[in-house]
Amino acid sequence: MSVLVYVENAEGKFKKSIFEAVSYAKSVAAQLDTSLIAISIGNVAQDELAKLAKYGANKTLNVNTEQLKTFVNQAYASVIAEAAKKENAEVVVLSNSFSGKGLAPRIGVKLEAAVISGAIELPDTTGGQFKVKRSAFSNKAFATVEATSKVKVISLTPNAYQVIEKAGEGNIEDFNAPVDQQDLKAVIKEVVRATDKVSLPDAELVVSAGRGLKGPENWGMIEELASLLGAATACSKPVSDADWRPHSEHVGQTGIAISPNLYIAIGISGAIQHLAGVSSSKVIVVINKDPEAPFFKVADYGIVGDAFEIVPKLIEAVKSLKANA
Amino acid sequence: MKILVCISNVPDTTTKITFNNDNTSFNEGGVQYVLNPYDEIALSRAVELAESNSGTVTVINVGEASTEPTIRKALAVGATDAVRVNAAPRDAYFVAQQIANYAKDKAFDLILTGRESIDYNGAQVAAMLGELLHIPSVSIIKKLNIEGGNAVVEREIEGGKEVLSIPLPIVAGTAEGVAEWKIPNMRGIMSARTKPLNVVEPISVEQLAQIVKFDTPAPRGSVKLIDAAEPEKLIDLLHAEAKVI
Repeated sequence: MSVLVYVENAEGKFKKSIFEAVSYAKSVAAQLDTSLIAISIGNVAQDELAKLAKYGANKTLNVNTEQLKTFVNQAYASVIAEAAKKENAEVVVLSNSFSGKGLAPRIGVKLEAAVISGAIELPDTTGGQFKVKRSAFSNKAFATVEATSKVKVISLTPNAYQVIEKAGEGNIEDFNAPVDQQDLKAVIKEVVRATDKVSLPDAELVVSAGRGLKGPENWGMIEELASLLGAATACSKPVSDADWRPHSEHVGQTGIAISPNLYIAIGISGAIQHLAGVSSSKVIVVINKDPEAPFFKVADYGIVGDAFEIVPKLIEAVKSLKANA
Repeated sequence: MKILVCISNVPDTTTKITFNNDNTSFNEGGVQYVLNPYDEIALSRAVELAESNSGTVTVINVGEASTEPTIRKALAVGATDAVRVNAAPRDAYFVAQQIANYAKDKAFDLILTGRESIDYNGAQVAAMLGELLHIPSVSIIKKLNIEGGNAVVEREIEGGKEVLSIPLPIVAGTAEGVAEWKIPNMRGIMSARTKPLNVVEPISVEQLAQIVKFDTPAPRGSVKLIDAAEPEKLIDLLHAEAKVI
């Protein structure tokens, strides 16, 4: 028996969300009194792979073949499922990233496993049961799912579990699973990745703005505040609908759901659909000139006032905080 | 070109979510049900593609008779015909098995779902269908075009996008950007009443998991207001008290 964790790389590097998944999988393995095996697919250098042992991987399977250099959903799912069979994995853990969302269900079907997506806590394994809490109803609620299949596939919500360093040793070995040509039909034509900005789903800090900003030309101060904090930028639905900002920045019920450590909402009133996407943020700050804005009811800190006066002062305050640090 | 769009019947986006039976079931009292917004985007794009490729759009729903108003709405938006698998949608695996069983011998060129349903948010049906039907799947796409026998899709990745070309047939889960939401016109609404809606019985599927309990998030403490004349105090609090910056 074992626990298997898939460690997705972004251009050869592992992000924090992957170390979270490894730390989570290690805790699951400890609960089940078994070892943790990681599987990496693609071109990742040995020193990067070696980092996985620090978070508890007892062994890392390295799949670094020409065919699988770039992500192909079907083929990657097949390889991960093969590794799970070979290692007799009882639990397969992935990060609930855009790629993880495409992989987990396919792996689940291949292994006849229950698929629990968007897990936010460790499983309850007392007395041989297997129950996992996940978010549901677009973050307005949580559902505890009991898996009754022998194998379970769990995808972990980014920023829901902490990174835990362990003093441990792990070895790296090559793993060559045969790949069916049928699994390699998708061809990547273009990849665009902004490397100079924090990506929203992974961000620990998010600065978001809404219609209160009056127009796209006023986003300079939002970007400046975000950049000083090392935060990602986000927006409300009316803003992306009006093309002031790209759809990829829209957080809320029909956009993306995020759970950063800090969410600063500027000029967003807090419609129920928007709150659904951000309510699992650890700390929420609301800046709005309307004291009756519903967002204040779910905020930890608030300022009632004009964003155009307040944000420049916040920028100065962050600059002086950084200067004194 | 034959397109299948999988649709869910979900609580309206403004629904206040509560539970009953000792927090083991969703309280449906007073809840308005709608076509899942992401499925609606999938349907809108399917109707556009069918129009430009002289194709047909079939919508399929796994649900009991109470979902028929939602299915009629999909027909009003422009689907050609509809199928309802007569069963409560137990979970994503159950739904995917029912749809795969229906689709397996119908030679659909394209199968679309929404990226996820706004109630259970599993985002699992598209990829499960791909696996069950042994065809490629892309879970969250923001653009979809047909070029010859290929689907050209744009998929979101962290901090960017990836453009893929995949030979049909494929399954894809659609997100905002794929199409604008279509509002049915009067002609659509009238014709929807007479379009075919076939009811088929479900197959039996092994249960791998079930929801045993629901919770709602703990309410936050009351908001700490900072005077607008001294916004720098907010930064101090975030640093010294909340310790997030």
